[in-house]
Amino acid sequence: MTGKEEARNTRTIAVDLVARVEGEGALRVTVKDGTVQDVELRIFEPPRFFEAFLQGRHYSEVPDIVARICGICPVAYQMSAVHAIEQIFGLRIEGALRDLRRLIYCGEWIESHALHVYMLQAPDFLGYASGIAMAKDHPAVVTRGLRLKKAGNAIMTLLGGRSVHPVSVKVGGFSRVPRRSELEGLKDELLWARDAAIETVRWVADFDYPDFMPDYTYVALRHPDEYPFNEGQIVASSGLQISVNEFEQHFTEHQVAYSTALHCALQGSPYQVGPLARLNLNQEHVTPLAKQVLADRELSLPLRNPFHGIIARSVEILYALEESLSLIERYEPPPLPALPVVVRPGTGMACTEAPRGILYHRYQVDGDGVIREAKIVPPTSQNQSRIEQDLRLFMPRLLHLPDQEVALACERVIRCYDPCISCATHFLNLEITREGVA
Amino acid sequence: MKKDSPHSSAIRIIGLGNGMRGDDAVGLVTARRIRQEFGDRVEVIEAEMAGIDLIDLMKGASVAILIDAVRSGKAPGSVHRLDASVSPIGGQVFPRSSHAIGVSEAIELARAMDVLPATVIVYGVEVGNTEIGQPLSPPMGEALDQVVKQIIQEYEACHA
Repeated sequence: MTGKEEARNTRTIAVDLVARVEGEGALRVTVKDGTVQDVELRIFEPPRFFEAFLQGRHYSEVPDIVARICGICPVAYQMSAVHAIEQIFGLRIEGALRDLRRLIYCGEWIESHALHVYMLQAPDFLGYASGIAMAKDHPAVVTRGLRLKKAGNAIMTLLGGRSVHPVSVKVGGFSRVPRRSELEGLKDELLWARDAAIETVRWVADFDYPDFMPDYTYVALRHPDEYPFNEGQIVASSGLQISVNEFEQHFTEHQVAYSTALHCALQGSPYQVGPLARLNLNQEHVTPLAKQVLADRELSLPLRNPFHGIIARSVEILYALEESLSLIERYEPPPLPALPVVVRPGTGMACTEAPRGILYHRYQVDGDGVIREAKIVPPTSQNQSRIEQDLRLFMPRLLHLPDQEVALACERVIRCYDPCISCATHFLNLEITREGVA
Repeated sequence: MKKDSPHSSAIRIIGLGNGMRGDDAVGLVTARRIRQEFGDRVEVIEAEMAGIDLIDLMKGASVAILIDAVRSGKAPGSVHRLDASVSPIGGQVFPRSSHAIGVSEAIELARAMDVLPATVIVYGVEVGNTEIGQPLSPPMGEALDQVVKQIIQEYEACHA
């Protein structure tokens, strides 16, 4: 084939900016002779900087440093960090302290999920270019979404000291724990929010969804007694069941030329983490109320369509509110805000369920409590290959459309994953390059 | 309705940015300085990576003055003053926040929902180095002085 023919048969679609994802990134898609050739999601990578930045720091600084990796899921970073370090020091957090950690995580899920459901993804289904455009026509709905998000903020602010980058989480527990009356003060708003969450599930369940059901490998934590936040085994829909300490034996990161973010694979293949994976792998812990709301809309688990991620996220908002109310109900302040720490050298790992999926941390600490090595595997870099795979599968039905519409449809697929490019990366610009005959 | 709120005559100064990323902290540091200058006379908020929560932070104020880092290609330390009260300030000057909802988006969302303060002034300081863990670079010092001075003038104009 001559160069000219090659050029004629090759079509490139470039979208330089993916809107409404957390941060910015770039996607490049190449279509040749009507077939999708390459899909490259390109990302820059601050967690890598943080991994280096953490070396030489005292363990006690880690929760505050890692909280800055992401403004949306700081608690997740703090939780994975403190649990990994507590493993090294032989600390086990139980009782009220454990409950408070679940509670602050609930706050983060509510805050993060409400933002994504209402402001970032719902506009895709209702035909708006942005949350702002949607707010003009649906102010009551957006007001509900923002108030719901605020209910999550209120939990974070009470337990974490502030709603963004909470400061009270520390190795061993918290620097301060709330009085019972302080938590009781949240109850009325959380009860309102629980009802709003039910309305949210009903609202999103009625959206029109594209018919798209790839064959996924889902990966999430699973715990025998509860819906997972801080603890559990890592399980996959393929049958894998491992302890968190075995993560790196099964999940491998590899560099791709077009992105500074590492891609993570499970035994060489893409997989999905996040709300859909969690919900599908933890069906036994879905509350009767959530099951009923789904059943009313003729939905049952597992949900296999990636666009149903918005439903899974809404169900998790409802779960987090039910769980918050029950944690508050049984709360008695612990005798100490934090367990005493005895530093000892070693290596520890932890995996917790960030809003977007499992977040793995490993630390090596020396006898002075100084970090010698840090490794962080955020959920978005785990989903990256899976997003590319989804685009490869979804694009053939789009190829008859003009480039701009293809690009918008690709963005909608990417947004199903609520990618936190600021976690996996620095700025995400979406660039889709498409090559091929029109 | 807004006029009846306890903050009806309030001027609220909101410093934005990321305290860990070099010059990106300039809005936060400016807010701190204003707090020193004014004491209790104005409400000063340091809002790190506020994103959509900016809507709530502005709510109830009659005048909101925001200070944030910007990047538009001008020399580091250049100061922009933009009036967002009536029309959008656009997203070109203000980079997208890592929360997907940056200052200009939050302002427009507040406008769409009819909760935007009557007057919203945004100061943008052109940044240089925004590497993790760096201090403010030298051009920020002068810019900071200038913004503080202008905000004092805005305050006096409101109370003239």
